[in-house]
Amino acid sequence: MSLETTEIQDKLVETFGENVFHFNQEKDIFSFEVTADKITAIVLFLKNDPTLRFHFLTDICGVHYPDNAIERQFVVVYHMHNWYENKRIKIKAFINGETPDIKTISTIFPSANWMERETWDFYGINFIGHPQLKRILNMDEMISFPMRKEFPLEDGGRTDKDDRFFGRTQSNR
Amino acid sequence: MSELLLPPEHRYAKIIQELHNEDGSELSILNLGPTHPATHGIFQNILLMDGEKILEAEPTIGYIHRAFEKIAENRPFYQITPLTDRMNYCSSPINNMGWWMTMEKLLDIEVPKRAQYLRVIAMELARITDHIICNSILGVDTGAYTGFLYVFQFREKVYEIYEEICGARLTTNMGRLGGFERDWSPKAFELLEVFLKDFPVAWKEFENLFERNRIFIDRTVNVGPITAEMAMAYGFTGPNLRAAGVDYDVRVAHPYSSYEDFEFIVPVGKSGDTYDRFCVRNAEVWESLSIIRQALDKMPEGNVFHADVPEYYLPPKEDVYTDMESLIYHFKIVMGEIPVPVAEIYHAVEGGNGELGFYLVTDGSRTPYRLHFRRPCFIYYQAYPEMIKGAMLSDAIVILSSLNVIAGELDA
Repeated sequence: MSLETTEIQDKLVETFGENVFHFNQEKDIFSFEVTADKITAIVLFLKNDPTLRFHFLTDICGVHYPDNAIERQFVVVYHMHNWYENKRIKIKAFINGETPDIKTISTIFPSANWMERETWDFYGINFIGHPQLKRILNMDEMISFPMRKEFPLEDGGRTDKDDRFFGRTQSNR
Repeated sequence: MSELLLPPEHRYAKIIQELHNEDGSELSILNLGPTHPATHGIFQNILLMDGEKILEAEPTIGYIHRAFEKIAENRPFYQITPLTDRMNYCSSPINNMGWWMTMEKLLDIEVPKRAQYLRVIAMELARITDHIICNSILGVDTGAYTGFLYVFQFREKVYEIYEEICGARLTTNMGRLGGFERDWSPKAFELLEVFLKDFPVAWKEFENLFERNRIFIDRTVNVGPITAEMAMAYGFTGPNLRAAGVDYDVRVAHPYSSYEDFEFIVPVGKSGDTYDRFCVRNAEVWESLSIIRQALDKMPEGNVFHADVPEYYLPPKEDVYTDMESLIYHFKIVMGEIPVPVAEIYHAVEGGNGELGFYLVTDGSRTPYRLHFRRPCFIYYQAYPEMIKGAMLSDAIVILSSLNVIAGELDA
């Protein structure tokens, strides 16, 4: 593997300064955080830079952290992959819990289109500039965002089923 | 007429009103799906058509969405395999193994060589069944039923092997954390040998029926082609990407479960059309057979079938009744009280139709904090409207089945 993580880090810090931070190696994936409003520029840079060449977008997904401070309640996780050097990276962009807005990267990667729609569908994260941001797996009439932590898996009024000792419940984490 | 099919505010309704052909004919709308035998799954496409030519398509998915990611957040780790079964149900063992390997990566469990080889065999069998289904159904969609009948009984043979391994057939729930739930029986190896003897004959025959068949070539060559650049931009992985000429295979790029021990080639196509996708899958079946053979030949002696991790692996039932430690571990595992670090893991395996990824976030509790499945179908299916633009309706069906879109994986 000739593309070293230090090189990725140096290049990013050189270009984006304080907008990229928290670099660390998590198991086999090099991971870092970015400020949300720079995401498009950073992804574009990672894709087009002649040495970095992260030309493949593997995955986008959201995670909800309701217990965090308000400006860090949602995170959009991007997995990118450089097939030439066989290197994976993970980018995390934390966004505000009340107005979860982030710029779309579907203009850079067409494959991001549905991944972002899925993230919107389940978390209500608004991808600014997305060509067709509407529900994809859930029905159009739905008003809630089911993957948010406050959304219950089952009707809370059920008494026929006691799952207290299994799985995650409010009282048992 | 069109108001009956579509709400008047739909953009196709407007296009139909505004556009008129010179000969006075009108554009029309066709609903392909949601349930139609030729779509092999539940997805709808609203097609805007000029005669038999498709001008535009609007896909709707989500008809069998079952909220697996939400359910996974509320289930102990060992109860998540049955969910993975039901994604790409044509090759469930790959999904199962992928999930166990994600867990093993999280917990740093080293799986013994023999168990890894057994897993490779199970996964390659799954890949073979996946490709049997895709390619023979592609034959059926082009009007060739015979090939389907020739090879489909071998899917049954593979299911009999699964049955010997884990007791289930379609949704296998195979394996445990660190290996398998029990050692493979001699019968399983016997059935495997029979399969390895008989199947290549039938598969050769199947290939002969199709590969130089005039009708099949006419129906598939240059139908639904996609360039390598487009395929990568749309997130293609697996056979569909390799048909476009890119030799990306997770088994080679990030070998898991000892794939580095085996020699196999990654077949690639050239034009990325339906015919190339068919041929790549055919070739992959031969490679899978070769990998299974190599795994059987290199199989280490002994009967180790799981890692020695009593904290995570259920003890034998007779020990639970007689041995205190086993009883404690049994209780803790069943109640989901296994020690899990706080971590974020991404693990990918080469599924039947592409890179199947598991992104797992844990917070040290008994369930995943977040589990995201990177489902290859979901990501490459968005290229479908682009691929069928300008094609005939009958081509749209053939392209759909050559992409091997599995509704269960699409919707998760």
